[in-house]
Amino acid sequence: MSEALLEVRGVTKRFGGFTALESVDLVVRPGERLGLIGPNGSGKSTLVNCICGALRNEEGVIRFEGRDIGAQPTHRRTRLGLARSFQIPKPFVSMSVLDNLRIPLLYAARQHEKLATDRIADEAMHILRRVGLADKAQARSGGLTMVDMRKLELARAMAAKPKLLISDEAMAGLSASEVDDILALLSQLKQQGVAVIMIEHVMRAVMKFSERVAVLVAGRKIADGDPQAIVANPDVVRAYLGE
Amino acid sequence: MSNRLFAVVALAVALAIAAASQLIANEYFFSAAYTVLLYVILATAWNILGGYTGYVNFGSAAFFAIGAYTTVALFYAFKLPLLVTIPAGTAVAGLAGLGLGYLTLRLRGVFFAIASLAMAVVLFTFVVNWDFVGGARGAYVLQPSEVPFGLPRYIHLLYSVMVLMAALALVVARAIEKSTIGRGLAAIRDDELAAESAGVPTLKLKIFSATVSGALMGMAGTTFPYYLSYIEPSSAFSLSYSVNSIAMPLIGGMMSWMGPLIGAVLLGTVQQLVQVTISSAWNLLIVGVLLVLFVTLAPNGIMGWVEAWRQRQKR
Amino acid sequence: MEISPALLFNAIIAGLLLGGFYAAVSVGISISFGMLDVVNIAHPAFIILGSYIAYIVNSQYGFDPILVAVALSPLFFLLGMALYRVYYLCFEKRGQESLRGLAFFFGILFITEVVLILVFGVDYRTVKSVYADTTLRLGVLDFPLRLVVPFLVSVAMVVGIQLFLTHTFFGRAVLAVAQDQLALRLMGVNPVRIKQLAFGLSIATAGIAGAFLIVIQPVEPSIGREYIGLVFAVCVLGGMGSIWGTLLAAFVLGLAESFTSTFFGPSWAPAVSFGLLLATLAFRPSGLFGR
Repeated sequence: MSEALLEVRGVTKRFGGFTALESVDLVVRPGERLGLIGPNGSGKSTLVNCICGALRNEEGVIRFEGRDIGAQPTHRRTRLGLARSFQIPKPFVSMSVLDNLRIPLLYAARQHEKLATDRIADEAMHILRRVGLADKAQARSGGLTMVDMRKLELARAMAAKPKLLISDEAMAGLSASEVDDILALLSQLKQQGVAVIMIEHVMRAVMKFSERVAVLVAGRKIADGDPQAIVANPDVVRAYLGE
Repeated sequence: MSNRLFAVVALAVALAIAAASQLIANEYFFSAAYTVLLYVILATAWNILGGYTGYVNFGSAAFFAIGAYTTVALFYAFKLPLLVTIPAGTAVAGLAGLGLGYLTLRLRGVFFAIASLAMAVVLFTFVVNWDFVGGARGAYVLQPSEVPFGLPRYIHLLYSVMVLMAALALVVARAIEKSTIGRGLAAIRDDELAAESAGVPTLKLKIFSATVSGALMGMAGTTFPYYLSYIEPSSAFSLSYSVNSIAMPLIGGMMSWMGPLIGAVLLGTVQQLVQVTISSAWNLLIVGVLLVLFVTLAPNGIMGWVEAWRQRQKR
Repeated sequence: MEISPALLFNAIIAGLLLGGFYAAVSVGISISFGMLDVVNIAHPAFIILGSYIAYIVNSQYGFDPILVAVALSPLFFLLGMALYRVYYLCFEKRGQESLRGLAFFFGILFITEVVLILVFGVDYRTVKSVYADTTLRLGVLDFPLRLVVPFLVSVAMVVGIQLFLTHTFFGRAVLAVAQDQLALRLMGVNPVRIKQLAFGLSIATAGIAGAFLIVIQPVEPSIGREYIGLVFAVCVLGGMGSIWGTLLAAFVLGLAESFTSTFFGPSWAPAVSFGLLLATLAFRPSGLFGR
C-alpha cells in the first residue's frame, strides 16, 4: 500500500452544541484525484478548513506526509505542500493578476523549490498561460469575470507548488463551457502528479475527473470508493434527492 | 531605483535642505517646519501598519510620547544627550509596538485599533502619576547653550535633525514597501485569510510592521522635549497626533511612501497657517472634517486621484 | 490606610450605582458593535452630545435633564439612522469597513468634540435637578440621589431593551440579523433596514445616557474619550452582544473603578477600564460571559 499523502483520522468539529463533523476518516494518496461530494451544509467546507488549519478540530488527527500537522498554522501547511482555493474567490484586489501569483511563489513555493527572485515573474506568467489568463496578467484582479476569478483562485493555489490541492466548488454557477475550462485546468495537475481533492456539485465534472469519490452527509462520511459504485449507492441517492 | 540609491539621494537631499534652510531669515520658519517634519515622520510611520498592512492604530500619540518621555527620563537620570536618547527612544517605542502587536494582533483589526487607544490612555495615566518625569506638572529639559555645528540657535539643530529623521523614515518605508515583506503586508491588507493560505506568515509580518511603525513614531517624539524646553503629558499625548497621523496618509494616499509625505506637507502647512491666523481649535476641526470627507469620498487620497488620472490617460 | 467597613460598603454601593449607569452607556455598543458588527467608536461623542443638549434645555428652562433626554431621544434615533446610512453606503457595501469605517467614526468622534469645544469652550458644565444635592443615609451607608436616580432609570432602560429584543418582531429581527443575514432576506425582511433601525436605537440610548452622565458629574467635551475604553471594555467583557452580559460586565467595571478610586486615588480611574479592556483582549477575548 503506497504511503498516504494526506491522512484524516477521526476528525470531529463542533460549534457550540452543533456537530459539524463526526469522526471523519479520509485518505488521499500522492497524485490521487478524489471527489468530495455531499448536500449543502454537510460539512465539506468545514472539513477543508480543518485540513488547512483555518479551524481546529476538537478530536482526531490530521497527517500530511506522515507528520501530524494539527498544531501547524495555515501558512506552514501551505509551505509543506497543502494548498486550497476558496469557494468565494478572494483575490488580492490591490494587485494585478500576475502580482497575485507572486505571493504564493515568494512565500510558499520557495520553501521547497529553488526559485530565484528574478525568475518569479516568469514563473507566474508560465502558470497564467497554463490557466488561460496570460493576456490578463496586468489587469486589476478585482475587475475580473467570475470564471476568470475562479481561474485566478486555482492559479494562486497552483503557484504554491503544492503536493495536494483542494479545489472548493470552483465550478459553482458557471456555464457548461466554463466548467470545461476549469476541468481542463485541474486535469493538468494530474500530469504533474499533484493530488487533488475536488469539492463539487457539478456531478458530470466529478465523475469525469475523480478516481475515487467520498460522500459527506450531515458531518459523517457515508461512502468512499469507486465513482460508479458511489453514484449507484442508495444511501447517496437518498441523501441527494432528500427524503 | 534601488534602496541603496534612494537612501543616498534622500540623505543628500536632506543635507541640502538643512544647509540651504540656514539662509532663511525668518526664525518662525524653523519652528513651523519642525512641526511639519514631525508629521511627515508620524504619518509615514503610521502608514506602515495602517496603509501597507491594513491595521488602524489610534494610539500614535502614545508612541510619540514614549519617544519624548524616554528622552526626558534619560536626561534626568544620566544627563544623556540627544545622540543617545534618539536611538533609545526609538527602541523603547519599537518594543511597545512589539508588545501591543504580540498581545492583540491575533485578533481582528478592530480589536487592535481599540487596544491601541486603550494603551494610549493607560500610558497617559501612568505618566501623569510618574513624578520622576514631572507627572502632571510637566518637566523641563533645557536646551544646551552650546549649539553644535556652529548653528545660530538650537531650534536650527532640532530642525536639521528632523529633516534627517524624515529622510530616514521615508527610506525605511520605501524599502519595506518594495520588498518581499511589503508584498506580504499588502496581501494581508487585501485579504488576510487568503494571504495566510498562500503561505504568508501573517502574524509574524503584522508584528514586524507594528514594531517598525511604533519605533519610527517614537523616533518622531525624541526631540520634542527640547522643542519648547518643556513637556507635559497633555501635550505629549495630544489627540492631534493620533488624528493627524491617520488623516495625513488618508489624504495623501495610503498605498505608497509618497502619500503620507504629500499629506503631511499639505495638511501640516495648512494647519500651521490656520493656527496662526485663526485658532488651534478650528485647526483641529479642519483636520477632522477633511478626514471624514476624504475617507468617504476619496478613500485613495491624492495619490489615488493621480493614479486614476494616469489610468484614464492610458486609454 | 485603615479600611473601615463604612468606606468599604460605600465603595461597593458607589460601584454598583456606577455600574448601572455604565450599562446604560454601553448597551448601545452592545447593539451596534456586538450585534451589528459596526465599530462605532464615536458612540461616546453622542453621549456627550446628549449631555450638552440636556444642559442647554436645563439651563434655559429648568426641566429635568433625564426627562428632556428621553423626550428628545427620537432625534438621536433619526441621527443614528442617518449616520448608518452614510456608513453603509460608503463602507459596508464596499467591504471597506475595517480600515476606512474605523477612520470615519474616529473622524466623527473628533469633529464632535472639537465643535463642542468651539461652541461651549472647555469649562465644565453641570445641571440643576431636584435630586442633585440630596443624599439618602441609611446608617453609615450613603446613597447619593444623583447616582441613584440615573441608576434606576439606566437599569430600567437596559432591561427594557433586552425585553424589546426578545419579545418583539423587530427586536428578534435585530437578533437574527446578527446571526444570519441571508436567512433574514429569505424571510422577506431587509437586513439593511433592520440594521439602520437598530443603529438608530443604539444612538438613542447614547443620547439618553448623556443625560445620566451630566446628572452624575460635570461634563466637558473631551470626557467622551475616556468612555471609549469603558464602553468597549464592557461590551467585550460581557461577551459581545449579550445584554445580560453587558449588565454584569458593567457592574464589574463599576466596582473595579470605585475600588481603585477609593483606595488608590481617582487619577488612576481612567486606567482601570482601559487596562481591563487590554487584559481581556489579550487573554480572554470571548469575554467573561461570551459565546
